[in-house]
Amino acid sequence: MDRLADGGNLPSAFFAPGSSSFADFLAQHRPDLLPGRRLEALPSGVTPHIEAPHGTTIVSVAHQTGVVLAGDRRATMGNIIAQRDIEKVFQTDEYSGVGIAGTAGIAVELVRLFQVELEHYEKIEGTTLSLEGKANRLTLLIRNNLPMAMQGLAVVPLFAGYDLDIDDPTKAGRIFSYDVTGGRYEEHSFFSVGSGSVFARGALKKLYRDDFTEHDAVVACIQALYDAADDDSATGGPDLTRRIFPVVATITLDGFRKLAEDEIATITQNVVDARMQNPGGPIAPLNSNGGSAR
Amino acid sequence: MSMPFGYVSPEQVMKDRADYARKGIARGRAVLAMTYENGILFVAENPSSALHKISEIYDRIGFAAVGKYNEFENLRQAGVRMADLRGYSYDRSDVTGRMLANTYAQILGTIFTTESKPYEVEITVAEVGETPDGDQLYRLTYDGSVADEEGFVVMGGNADAIGARVKDGHQHAMALDAGLRLAVQALSTPENGESRTLNAEQLEVAVLDRTRPRRKFRRFPDAQVEQLLA
Repeated sequence: MDRLADGGNLPSAFFAPGSSSFADFLAQHRPDLLPGRRLEALPSGVTPHIEAPHGTTIVSVAHQTGVVLAGDRRATMGNIIAQRDIEKVFQTDEYSGVGIAGTAGIAVELVRLFQVELEHYEKIEGTTLSLEGKANRLTLLIRNNLPMAMQGLAVVPLFAGYDLDIDDPTKAGRIFSYDVTGGRYEEHSFFSVGSGSVFARGALKKLYRDDFTEHDAVVACIQALYDAADDDSATGGPDLTRRIFPVVATITLDGFRKLAEDEIATITQNVVDARMQNPGGPIAPLNSNGGSAR
Repeated sequence: MSMPFGYVSPEQVMKDRADYARKGIARGRAVLAMTYENGILFVAENPSSALHKISEIYDRIGFAAVGKYNEFENLRQAGVRMADLRGYSYDRSDVTGRMLANTYAQILGTIFTTESKPYEVEITVAEVGETPDGDQLYRLTYDGSVADEEGFVVMGGNADAIGARVKDGHQHAMALDAGLRLAVQALSTPENGESRTLNAEQLEVAVLDRTRPRRKFRRFPDAQVEQLLA
């Protein structure tokens, strides 16, 4: 299996010139390691019903100096809570990150492949991909998972990054969403995916302002996740007893940074305290054009 | 039994190949790798800022080479693929410099004996450890021999003279700027009596710095090299 051991006879794929994609290399040399290939092991015509943990809600908000990506901590399996402290927001390289909803096992593996894919390109080529290029590579990986998605094992990522090719920092934070077929859509200002995404997006629509600072965007994300957990049973709210809070990451010109737990704890505590007074959260003015993008 | 026409003894074949490879390697400008306080410092004389002699293989592993560019570039890419495959199918911590050095040794050995011409390259695989004791330098030559070097490695043209100068000044816990100054002094060792001075544009400088998170490799832009040398 592992042919690395007899190094002198490394297969020619290792020396193939011109390819800087790790996924292409795997497809050629070790296709069994690609996340989408598991289905081929099943006899044809069998459509199994698989119960596997599902990740739920991811939100992302662009702001004046970049973009924020956040996710709740719950994974569900049917009516069971499979895990209450799962992490669904990952750094993919210095200037991008991805949040995942859908079948957790496949999604985590897909993110791992995507991380290696970006780093591999960087090392082989000696330069990083453009943000568009990264978003397109993710499309390809999602598309390869289509057969699995048709069995109910879909992965729906939300990709966010800081575009170094854009000089204006207020426009450099960009968000991309995907469908199970690999369709890629650029989103403006904010977006959410996963089971609680409808409620989260509703909240963000009322909260979002064009002049958000990074801190404002973080608070908006936590508010939106609270609203998602409020109405969607599969999304986990902040767990104050166990001290489990959403995972929040920010991507700016300084790179990807995961917020420290006590930083998030403070903001979350403020949000929860305010909800003690008003369970519905902040109230948007009825008649105003507050400068929102939508 | 009469010898077939044009018979050359195996000893002669190997010697010719070794001479051929050595000549090719000695023509190139030197590359140097040495330990310093935070890990491993690489310095190469390389006027090109696009075609690298020093590069990143994996989190803790760096690669330096001299000789024919297309040949060591081939080895470098195979190394990146090997390391990424190993890290993806096992774990990032399972990718080691020793495994990479072993594989390179096998590849170079096979090419030396079976191909019509040996690779005219010499490479160094360096791994930075959690502590200075864990730092490792493997030097690989054109015939697949591996040596586990202590402290520093010099490869390429005029390597012996440069190595002697590094040896005089090198200490394991050198600061980055002192290490870089020593390296640049050594690399400007006169060859055939001509004294030379090297400036930042002619140098390629990178480190494996154990204090960095996850990916330890970092390349220094010319401006920063200038600052460190000032």
